Amino acid sequence: MNESVNMKSAKKRVYLDHAATTPVDPEVVDAMQPYFTRFYGNASSLHSYGQEAHNAMEDARKKVAALIGAESEELIFTAGGTESDNMAIKGVAHKKKRGHIITSSIEHPAVLEACRALERGGFEVTYLPVDRFGMVNPLDVESAINDKTILISIMHANNEIGTIQPIEEIAKIASERGIPFHTDAVQSAGKVSIDVRRMNIDLLSLSSHKIHGPKGVGALYIKKGVQIEPIIHGGGHERGLRSSTENVPGIVGFGTACELAQDRMKVDVHHLAEMRDRLIQGALTIEESYLNGHPTKRLPNNAHFRFTAIEGESLILSLDERGIAASTGSACSSKKLVPSHVLMAIGLTEVEAHGSLRLTLGRENTSEEIAYVVEALSEVVERLREMSPLWKKDLELAKWKEKLKDVH
Amino acid sequence: MYTEKVLENFRNPKNMGEIENADGIGTVGNPICGDLMTIYIQVKDDKLENVKFKTFGCAAAIATSSMITELAKGKTIEEALKITRDDVAKELDGLPPIKMHCSNLAAEGLHAAIEDYKRKRDGGRLCRDDRVA
Repeated sequence: MNESVNMKSAKKRVYLDHAATTPVDPEVVDAMQPYFTRFYGNASSLHSYGQEAHNAMEDARKKVAALIGAESEELIFTAGGTESDNMAIKGVAHKKKRGHIITSSIEHPAVLEACRALERGGFEVTYLPVDRFGMVNPLDVESAINDKTILISIMHANNEIGTIQPIEEIAKIASERGIPFHTDAVQSAGKVSIDVRRMNIDLLSLSSHKIHGPKGVGALYIKKGVQIEPIIHGGGHERGLRSSTENVPGIVGFGTACELAQDRMKVDVHHLAEMRDRLIQGALTIEESYLNGHPTKRLPNNAHFRFTAIEGESLILSLDERGIAASTGSACSSKKLVPSHVLMAIGLTEVEAHGSLRLTLGRENTSEEIAYVVEALSEVVERLREMSPLWKKDLELAKWKEKLKDVH
Repeated sequence: MYTEKVLENFRNPKNMGEIENADGIGTVGNPICGDLMTIYIQVKDDKLENVKFKTFGCAAAIATSSMITELAKGKTIEEALKITRDDVAKELDGLPPIKMHCSNLAAEGLHAAIEDYKRKRDGGRLCRDDRVA
């Protein structure tokens, strides 16, 4: 085992799965270090140990708030994006006790499953469809609103296909009707500029480890005046909205990561978008390859493809053999053996979803790496197609396409 | 999640490709589920002289395909029909439970190819000569 791990690390490695998680920036690690062993106080304690921790935490809160144009008092630290989404959705719902929620069919499971849990508790939920690019139509949001609607939750950018939603328009509709608007900005923060005031956002979820911070930390922005019921009860931390001794080193790291993200955003976005476009251009020279998601309204670090007649898990493992870390929406790689709900929602067939590949870039990737990946990708796709009984068998494919029509 | 043997058979599959004018061809699986397997056999003196495969699917589907060709090659028809999906999984030092059902189709693929061979053989012979004993 150790030997094979060593062998793997000896060869060329390219990490293209930044939508899953990112490496922690060394500056972030440096900032966190003293809060493990030196300033280890409980931020609630009155003594100087406690105050050191408290001050560091409040400093971090300012940095997180600055990234999204909020006031620091409007931020609640959580254990991550999933908790932030749950806190926002269940928090508003439990405050209102009953009502109707509008969300989209391509949300992250943290939003979808929180909504399903509320449905079991008697709430009504509308899951809006998306177009073939994965875009929610604001007019659909408007027509879904009824007098019982208590919350609208639409993600800023999709974690799989990278489509950026028209949240400003949607938030405007929500605000005109006096309905709180929540957005999951876990994938977009640091890559798309966010100003919660200008954009009329009432609740916004953030995650640290997607922006080169540590895992296990996140935040929920709650606009002043928006009422939520806590989902974790206890000693009254975070203004009574999220009890639990604060993860001070994690929060300090998250703050530094937000500061770096803000400082570097212009440079990062330019670099990421340039590499992304090169990657898309290169991959689309492969026969029968397609881009999923929106051609222009997409995250600067997201490239999502599908390749006819091959299966995603084989593709991921073949790329991994060449040191390339990627991800797929293929059912064969999921725990439940069902294809990605996002790919189904944009109208792909199961067979098309099987051949999907997500490559998500980070600031440490280089143009040389992209060139290597494009070359490896075309070799791997060719090799798997050589093996595939579906490839170049027009009749076979046509036959299955016919069958699919019957199924749907 | 996969054993080293599964990964080895996935990375370097044996007997990948088609057999031209195969004596028997068997296709199993369903691309909607993500696995489609075609097994080709060549039979001489009741023995599987050559076995090849083409597979669309996950690493488990490709590894089991490769393994079945290895297991079946050189065996008599009767012996080959006795190979089960469990035999294939065992030879690969096991498969993840979730893959046992959906991707472990190679034995069925081989059996389908043998059925196809028998059908062609018996059909042909019945036309050519009188086999009624």
